[in-house]
Formats: sequence, C-alpha cells, structure tokens
Amino acid sequence: MTQPLLELRGVNKSFGAVHVLHDVDFAVYPGQVTALVGDNGAGKSTLVKIIAGIYGRDSGDYVFEGETVAVHGPRDVAALGVEVVYQDLALCDNLDIVENMFLGREETRGIGLDEVAMEARARETLASLSVRTVKSVRQSVSSLSGGQRQTVAIAKAVLWNSKIVLLDEPTAALGVAQTRQVLDLVRRLADRGLGVVLISHNMTDVFEVADRITALYLGRVAADVPAKDLTHSQVVELITAGRSGDLGITNVATATI
Amino acid sequence: MTLQTETTDQQSAAHGFDNDNRQAATIGDAARDYLNRLRGGDMGSLPAILGLVVLFVVFSSLHDRFLTTYNMANLVVQAGSICVLAMGLVFVLLLGEIDLSAGVAGGASATITALVMIDHGWTWWTAALAGIAIGALIGLAIGSLVTLLGIPSFVVTLAFFLALQAVPLKLIGSGGSLRFDDEVLRGLSIKNVPVTAGWIAAVVIVLGFAAVQLFQYRTRATRGLVHKPLALVLVQVGVLAAIVLGLTALLSANRAPNPDIFTIAGIPWVAPVVIALLLFWTFVLTRTRFGRHLYAVGGNAEAARRAGINVTRIKITAFVIASSMAAISGLLAASYTGKVSPGSGGGNVLLYAVGAAVIGGTSLFGGRGRAIDAVVGGLVIATIPNGLGLLNQASYINFLVTGGVLLLAASVDAVSRRRRSAAGV
Repeated sequence: MTQPLLELRGVNKSFGAVHVLHDVDFAVYPGQVTALVGDNGAGKSTLVKIIAGIYGRDSGDYVFEGETVAVHGPRDVAALGVEVVYQDLALCDNLDIVENMFLGREETRGIGLDEVAMEARARETLASLSVRTVKSVRQSVSSLSGGQRQTVAIAKAVLWNSKIVLLDEPTAALGVAQTRQVLDLVRRLADRGLGVVLISHNMTDVFEVADRITALYLGRVAADVPAKDLTHSQVVELITAGRSGDLGITNVATATI
Repeated sequence: MTLQTETTDQQSAAHGFDNDNRQAATIGDAARDYLNRLRGGDMGSLPAILGLVVLFVVFSSLHDRFLTTYNMANLVVQAGSICVLAMGLVFVLLLGEIDLSAGVAGGASATITALVMIDHGWTWWTAALAGIAIGALIGLAIGSLVTLLGIPSFVVTLAFFLALQAVPLKLIGSGGSLRFDDEVLRGLSIKNVPVTAGWIAAVVIVLGFAAVQLFQYRTRATRGLVHKPLALVLVQVGVLAAIVLGLTALLSANRAPNPDIFTIAGIPWVAPVVIALLLFWTFVLTRTRFGRHLYAVGGNAEAARRAGINVTRIKITAFVIASSMAAISGLLAASYTGKVSPGSGGGNVLLYAVGAAVIGGTSLFGGRGRAIDAVVGGLVIATIPNGLGLLNQASYINFLVTGGVLLLAASVDAVSRRRRSAAGV
C-alpha cells in the first residue's frame, strides 16, 4: 500500500485522571477518504484536536509523509498542509465568500488588499471543485444555505493546496439534497489526491464515500479496515461493543477505563 | 477520450458560475437588487438620508433663516465634531462594543491641549498631538481592561465616563474655562478655505473618485469578476460630483449677513479635516487587512480567532482609534466654541455621536458599518440642535428630541437586523 500522508503512532492522551486515548494508531492515505467513527466519548474529537495541533500528545509520534515532525500548535499543522473544517464552520456571516475564504491570510498588494487576485483565486478553487450552487462569490455568507456554507468552509480548506482535510460531521445539519452536494465534494477532494478524514455518525454517508474505516471504542482503535470489507452492522457493532466477529479489540473487558 | 473529458471539465468550470452572471447587468437590475436589499432589511444610510430630508423640510418651513447659506455653513461646522466622534465610535460599534466615555475623553484631551498651549506655550500642533496622545492612552487603558480583564465595555467606559469628567474639573476649576484661541485650531471653525483652493480640491476629489471607480470597473470587467454595471458607476460618479460641486458652490458664495460690508465665503476648514479623516478611515476599513479583520471579529470573533487573527490586538486597537478620534473631536468642539470648560464633552455629546453612527447605518450589534455612516448620521444629528436653536426652543426640547432620535435609530437597526436574518441577506 502507498505510504500514508499522515500517521499517528501509539498516541496516548489523558485529561487529569481520565485516559482518553490508549495507544492509538491512525493513518490517512492520499486519495482516500478515511472515516473516523465511534460513539460519543470514544475519543474522536480528542483525536481530531491532536491532529489539528490544538491538544498536545502525552506520548506517541506525529508522522507526516514518512517523517516524524514536532507539532506545537495549529499553525505548525496548517504549515504542513492539514486543514480542519469544524462542525460549527467558523465563517463570518457579515463577510462574503471571498472574504471568508481568505480570512486571516489575505493577499495584499502594497498596503492594500488585492481583491482582484483573491476573487479570481476563490472562483478558480470553487470551479475546480465543481461548485455551482453559489450565485456569486461576492454574496454574503449569511445568505447561504447550510450546504453552501459547508461547501465554502471546505473550499476554504483546499484553497491553500492543503494535503489533508479533516471534516467534522459535515452533513450533521443538512437536508438530503445538501448532504448529496457535500458528499460529492468530499469524493472529489479525494479524487484530487488529498487525504480526507470524515468524522461522522451517519453510516450511510460513511459507506457512500469512505475508502477506509477507523472505528474508535473507548479511546482504543477497534478496527482499521477497508470499507468494502465491512458491512453496516459490523461497523455498528464495532462502535457499540468494540468488536465484531474476529474484528476488534480482543478482550473488551480490559478495554474499559 | 482524455480530450473529451477535458472539454467537459472546462465546460463545467465555465458553467460553475453561470448564475454568477446574473449579477446586475443593467441599471434597472441594479435598482431592483437595491430594492430587494432594502426589503431584506439592508438599509445602509437610507434612514439617515430620509431623516435629513424630513428635518430640512420641517425646519425650513418653520424658520426662513434655516436654509440660508450662512446657516448651512454653520451646520457644517457644528456637524464636524459629531461626525469625527461618530467615526471613531464606528470602530468599537463594529466589534459590538460601546464606548460611553468617548465624549468626555475628548473633553479631557482638549483640556490638556489648551493647558499646554496657555501655560507652557506649546505650538498648536505639538499641543494637538499631546491631546490626541492622551486620547490614545485612554483608549489603550479601556481596550486593555475590556480584553485582558474581560470586563464588559459598557461598564469600563461608564467608569471612564464618570472618572474622566474629573480631569477638566480639577485642571480648570469649577465654573472656569480655558480660552481656545490659537490661530490655527480656532481657525478650523471660524476661517474658510480660499475659494479657488476649495474649487480645486472639490474637482480633484470628484476626478479622483471617478478615476478609482472606472479603473476598478475596467480591471474587474476584463478579468470577468463581479462588477457593477457601467451605467451605475457613471450614476454614482454623477451623484457624487453633484453633491461635492453643489456644496462647494453653495459655500463659495458670499454668505455674510451684510454682503456689502463683509465677505464670508469658502468652505470652513473643518470640512477638509472631516473629509480627510473619512477618506483615510474608509481606506483602512475596506482596503486593509486590519479593516477586514475588524469586520471579521465583529461578525464572528471565534471564527476570526481560528483564522489566526489576534482578536485582542484588534479590539484594543479599535478602542485606541475611538478615543484618539474622540480627542480630535474634542479639539474641533473646542475650536467651535472657542473655549474648553469642565463640561466639555459631557451631557448628550456622546449620545449624539452614537445616534449619528447608528442612524447612518452602523449596527449596534457589531459587524456592520462604514465611516461614511458617521458623517451622514452626524449631519442629521447636527441639524437637530441647529434647527431647534433657530426656533429658540427651550433646551429641554433638545434633550427630548435627541433621546427620541437615538431610540428611533436603534429601533431601525434592531428591526432591519431581524429582517436581515429572516431574509438571509
């Protein structure tokens, strides 16, 4: 198999007395959608925040493109080309699409903003993702639907030639048609060679776009297998019980915290 | 096969923004877009302009001297300090914060300026800079308390509003006043730009605006980006030219009460000061990273923080700008009255300015507002005491009307905000 873009090896994380992640191994491959599934409290959010550089690790390696890297904060992670799209999207309603996509990284010419260059690049990025639902790139974000906002947030993440995009529950608040748009977009990202991590509770979505499924159970990796080798019910078992047939954590009793 | 997919790709890319070209192509579309925006609650400066028209109609029908050029020039001078104070407030209002101390901060700064000129013989510009520096320091203190300690700005600035009134009272003494008669600073209000220079400046402003607009239109149109229709650009240039040249003509006429004995003509020096500040802050707000970040923090502070924007620094800078502008406004107010007294900047000065910013279209809820809002709103607010003064009304009426206007402006803001979120504009 190809070399993973990003690999976490043996990561442990505790908050005070609570041991949240136990020796977690996690890999993201280029051109693949890796779904991260698990019940509430399984450690998904903690793992994402460790990848994003928001939390530090107690132990374990952060390996990017085969090399161990030192990650001290979100800026280091962004510099590697890893972008996170959070569930609450972090868009400014009063700014338009272009302004949001370049927020914090505006292009300037002299002392002023280079609006022309930014608008052209934003359009290019949206077009390359085959986004055709927005009326104008100069529309304020408050006028967009949930799916369009998600699209803008994702486009913002890929604008920077990022290599990995992490999507936290991107379809949680969306209707059927909008979910469709976003899933198509997720697929296109992977087809462009990006490593995509999809955190989701929705099994239908996961099976539709994921190439690999990593299931967390009480802070441990229960399984990390190609999606095509799993069935719907197996994943549910992995999420709820930590094992399914010969897959999963061998001794679930010791897995309890 | 590859070729074919490429063509489809290109086609889909081209089709990606099919709808994008639905942007206003003709002046009619632009008008319809504008109406839609109004209906959606995005009123901009419209309430202020309507208010100005109403006030002008009412006052000119009640008093025949209201519409004289003499009074209009007077109105411009009176509006100056309110406009500047409101322009500064726009920065904190954009963040959804408030600065209740801005008025008295201006009074305190003007006191310092007057004192160093009178007691220490400082030149007008070092004294003015000292006053503005005091304003900046006040802003720094307020901003730090709000961001670093996390005290609501309402409380911090209320405390400053009370405490800063002690400064002029202590330095000047109760019932006293300092004269403010420096040739240049006092001249801002009582002297006028030479008529020729005024015309040259007016023409330069019109031509400059036209050049910027047309250049922008050309680059955007040739690169296929979102742009206004050419007709709209021309109309905008025409309207600006009419306003600027019309006002210049009005103020260049001899407006002395006894035209045979005196000549009073030309734009009062306050106007170029306000216009220069307006242009500068408009550039900062719309064309610089700082301005963009200010709007972002006002719109969604958490999103701004995640985008790597230093929210604390933006907030402190906004308070520093507001208080520095308050200091300039205090100097203009002192220039108008020719003195600084312990009550300078107190009373309803601040509420006038907040009313000016809000009625001009700046939201009290943050994230929405422009420097021009403050100037348009400032003219409206300044018209009220000007007109009421002519009518010799008791001053209690002035308080009632100002309070009413502020409440009205805030209601318009609240209602249009609700419509905006309903219409999603």
